[in-house]
Amino acid sequence: MSLDLKFTYTEKKDTRSGFGDGFLEAGRKNPNVVGLCADLIGSLKMGDFQKEFPDRFFQTGIAEANMIGISAGLAIGGKIPFAGTFANFATGRVYDQIRQSVAYSDKNVKICASHAGLTLGEDGATHQILEDLGMMKMLPHMTVINPCDYNQTKAATLAIAEYEGPVYLRFGRPSWPIFTPADQKFEIGKAWKMIDGKDVTIFATGHLVWEAVVAEAMLREEGIYAEVINIHTIKPLDLEAILGSVKKTGCAVSAEEHQVNGGLGDSIAQTLSRNYPAPLEYVGVNDSFGESGTPTQLLEKYGLNAENIVKAAKRALARK
Amino acid sequence: MEKQSIEQLQKICTQLRRDVLRMVHAVQSGHPGAPLGCAEFFVALYFDQLRHNPDFKMNGKGEDLFFLSNGHLSAGWYSVLSRSGYFPVAELKTFRKLNSRLQGHPATHEHLPGIRVASGSLGQGLSVAIGVAQAKKIDKDDHLVYVLMGDGELQEGQVWEAAMYAAHHKVDNLIATVDYNGQQIDGPTDKIMDLMNLKAKWEAFGWEVNEIKEGNDMKSVIAGLEKAKSLAGKGKPVLNLLYTEMGFGVDFMVGTHKWHGSPPNDEQLAKALGQLEETLGDY
Ligand SMILES: Cc1ncc(C[n+]2csc(CCOP(=O)(O)OP(=O)(O)O)c2C)c(N)n1
Ligand SMILES: [Mg+2]
Repeated sequence: MSLDLKFTYTEKKDTRSGFGDGFLEAGRKNPNVVGLCADLIGSLKMGDFQKEFPDRFFQTGIAEANMIGISAGLAIGGKIPFAGTFANFATGRVYDQIRQSVAYSDKNVKICASHAGLTLGEDGATHQILEDLGMMKMLPHMTVINPCDYNQTKAATLAIAEYEGPVYLRFGRPSWPIFTPADQKFEIGKAWKMIDGKDVTIFATGHLVWEAVVAEAMLREEGIYAEVINIHTIKPLDLEAILGSVKKTGCAVSAEEHQVNGGLGDSIAQTLSRNYPAPLEYVGVNDSFGESGTPTQLLEKYGLNAENIVKAAKRALARK
Repeated sequence: MEKQSIEQLQKICTQLRRDVLRMVHAVQSGHPGAPLGCAEFFVALYFDQLRHNPDFKMNGKGEDLFFLSNGHLSAGWYSVLSRSGYFPVAELKTFRKLNSRLQGHPATHEHLPGIRVASGSLGQGLSVAIGVAQAKKIDKDDHLVYVLMGDGELQEGQVWEAAMYAAHHKVDNLIATVDYNGQQIDGPTDKIMDLMNLKAKWEAFGWEVNEIKEGNDMKSVIAGLEKAKSLAGKGKPVLNLLYTEMGFGVDFMVGTHKWHGSPPNDEQLAKALGQLEETLGDY
């Protein structure tokens, strides 16, 4: 089967490497950029920055709560701290520290969260956080970003260094298609319409943007024209882009590597119900924890791959 | 269970090491280093020390219980649990695979016998073990609660909250052990976040500290665990500082953090297994 994809790739890479490379570049551009990591420097790809700027990098040991507090302090002192660990330990483990010392106090801290979602793979449910977007988007002042591939993650990392305020940046572990341009400009809060369509809108974030691109081609083969919108910024949400598209297509699907409860789909549902009620189907994890397995197996078992987006799109269409 | 000789226990250790290596090799993921270093501890505990029943009951009343706080040692724990009769040894081949009870980090909702709480996110096991020990006290159940933690894990603040609590509440039916291998993911603990004088720290928190200097020698481990038992019930929680070497048993893996979370490839596996005799039959 060869699909006529609107976006293609020649190379795969992990989004965490996009973060690591963007972080190094941000450090070269701005001497105020500093880094912290809780015994996961290799996993977070923060090693190049540490080597080049040893005086601006702090190993905290396995002590995430302390890392968030130190980051808030560094921000008070005028630094721009990038604090990195696995997404589970960057959110759930330290929620109150983020809430009080970072979000409520409006500190310019960048929480950099790798290995998010099911595609973390074999480590299993203890590490596969699927609730982080929800927790982070509920915090006032917090900006929440979940880029889709290496290039977009790198661009997002550079963009958040220039933005003043608390940010949650979510990325992942698996090797993933690089299908967005290397020279893209990342605009926080501005959704990117990747593919024009008329029948149904697919709002996707993170790794599932690629699955949405595949799903669009599969739907097109059946004569269904889907619009694909890349929601890299979950908060603030681009209401204009969302409403504009659904007013045209009349129905939508949300796709995310996250719980349905509290995720991107919930934010879109709120937008639609307030402004333009329309059928919305959810592709996400339905109130269960993950488990060990390969990323591909897990996306299939938990209903998060392109085939599931296609099915959801048809369900949405049938409800129009 | 009838007592086994030191030689027999050593043979089980060799098999545990083979199991661990074959398990992480088969899925090309997981953590071989620390379980190799804790083989003697696991085997001494399950085959010599614990008064336990492999017909698993969640509440563990009337038994000694063990908790693994450093959940990434799952491969070693699963091996010793299966080899001591908690579940079929053949199930080890499902480790970290889809639809397995042997999750990457220990989990309860798949109902793997032997597991009473999930672990993997570090720093939480000591608190849980203390709670269980207190439940035993309420029930006048004079069995012991054991918990294993990593040394890097001690960098988590919750460990010290728990340490303070256990001494304050005189939880003396608790024997905690620190896998003192001096290594963590990013490097040696003294380079990453120096633990400094651990013995003095735990003593200052009100614990009885028992050093087991030869953590990879079966005789010393058993003697050390016997000593720990004798220190229990005297008003203070007991801490074993278990000196081990990460990767022990395989010459090219020993003493480095490099094998904390990296599986061997085919060639490395063959080389490693060549140094470990198959004593009980591979799974
Ligand atoms: C709360 C938390 N933070 C980070 C991690 C990632 N992690 C897994 S093992 C490990 C190192 C643990 O060091 P140690 O306890 O000494 O275990 P060893 O490396 O000796 O096996 C880290 C940082 C984790 N599992 N949990
Ligand atoms: Mg260690």
